[in-house]
Amino acid sequence: MIRLSDLRLDDARALLEHDPSSELPAADASPVVYMQSILDGLCELSLRDPLTGLSNRRHFNHLLNREIEAVARSGESVLLLMLDIDHFKKVNDTYGHHAGDLVLQAVSKCLETCVRPMDTVSRFGGEEFAAILPNCPSSFGLVVAERIREAVSGLAITVSPTETIRVTISIGGAYAPEWVRSTQELWTERADEQLYRAKSAGRNCVFIEEQRGVAVSADEKGMLFGHHLFGDPASGGVDDDVSNSAVAGSEMNRAN
Amino acid sequence: MSDVLNPPQDEAVEPTLALKSRSKVIAVTSGKGGVGKTFVSANLAAALAKRGLRVLVLDADLGLANLDVVLNLYPKITLHDVFTGKSKLEDAIYKAPGGFSVLLAGSGMVEYSRLAPEVRDDFLRIMESLVPNYDIVLLDTGAGISDVVLFAVSMASEVLLVATPEPTALTDAYATIKVLGAQQKRQRIRVVINQVARTGDGNAITTQLQQVLDRFVNKDSEHPLKLIHMGDIPADPAVRQAIMKRQLLGQSDPGCPAALAMTQLASKVESAVIKHGA
Repeated sequence: MIRLSDLRLDDARALLEHDPSSELPAADASPVVYMQSILDGLCELSLRDPLTGLSNRRHFNHLLNREIEAVARSGESVLLLMLDIDHFKKVNDTYGHHAGDLVLQAVSKCLETCVRPMDTVSRFGGEEFAAILPNCPSSFGLVVAERIREAVSGLAITVSPTETIRVTISIGGAYAPEWVRSTQELWTERADEQLYRAKSAGRNCVFIEEQRGVAVSADEKGMLFGHHLFGDPASGGVDDDVSNSAVAGSEMNRAN
Repeated sequence: MSDVLNPPQDEAVEPTLALKSRSKVIAVTSGKGGVGKTFVSANLAAALAKRGLRVLVLDADLGLANLDVVLNLYPKITLHDVFTGKSKLEDAIYKAPGGFSVLLAGSGMVEYSRLAPEVRDDFLRIMESLVPNYDIVLLDTGAGISDVVLFAVSMASEVLLVATPEPTALTDAYATIKVLGAQQKRQRIRVVINQVARTGDGNAITTQLQQVLDRFVNKDSEHPLKLIHMGDIPADPAVRQAIMKRQLLGQSDPGCPAALAMTQLASKVESAVIKHGA
């Protein structure tokens, strides 16, 4: 068995002490509880970006891989957004790096409030962010991304007692190809391409990749569950009566 | 049958091994997991073996293989060991209770689910050396459409899609058919509907799938997709019992409706391979 007194935990303790959101275990906690909370605290730290409090790149990679597996098995519609603050270098150059940090923090906070709790916003690096939106139907993607873009452009960020600045954000998005086990590289590359398009189109705008024709549309589903399926097998399956199919289709939807 | 015993004349003109191999390979796939794909593979294999054919079931579900669970067979050596050079291919092939052979990918092969080019080559090489020893090879693929599934399906001349009448299973089956059509330019997919309530339901479902395909996919396609209904497997309490006992239908209840349906399916599959092969 490992004895707590044999371990050198000073560095870990110091790390956790300096992090405002970490809670150090009580000194009188049992060794197991103590170790567990140190480990939990370090795990938490290792997944978070210190400046913005968002998920960091490591956490993002982990979550994206998990979504890839889910999509391959379930065909769920998952959207990946890549977001990049426009002309961020100018902010740093004009107002200094502290102002830049404040902008990153304000934008991060704004991004988090724009998405659902189940979504994850990560700091991808520098002034670039990534958002994973599970279970996001293809018709919603653009709406969500536009909402984020508008919210960011509406922010008034106070960077000094006398100065308030505004920034904009460019957004590119790509859905995971449904039913296909993609890879992290391919998926982020596709979202990045759309981000590049947004930047080239003059920034402060949204581009989302059109989904490939694998998804099953509502029309297709309607027809699929339209008729014959659970009906009278004697009716065969040769006629193609659209009005029948609409009626039976709505019954099917209710059953679901 | 006579075709198997008396191979057609042009067999003498050796086709390339790849093409010749391909003609014997049937991929058994499904959109959604849990529709009985593996159960159908195993029982179909047994029914084919009973017809006198040499059958191999290759569990290509590299992510989550469970043919071993259905067959109550726990081989120590899997394809994983062959790939890593630990074992010889011959030692990884096991005799299953139904008189056919099985080769399992091994449940621990998750790292291969992304299918690096080396793995593809290994796989192809193994297929090439295996197929000549059999009359029919059933490739039991993973559910959904991973690149592993697509790759496995690409090695097969025929695809047998297993679906159930349940709405989500059907939507998933339809999505799979679309992907196979779009990505592999397939023009023929064979369908078997498992767990049907009444005779004829499966045929109606396949017809329905075909109609949706015709309207939404085939209408502006240069290679229209044709579904061929291969049969229904009735919902049968004997199936559950067989699964619980980890037995094939032929062992646990050879006369049950599902077992008879498997026999019919086997006869259709046999003539399909012989007709479209060679």
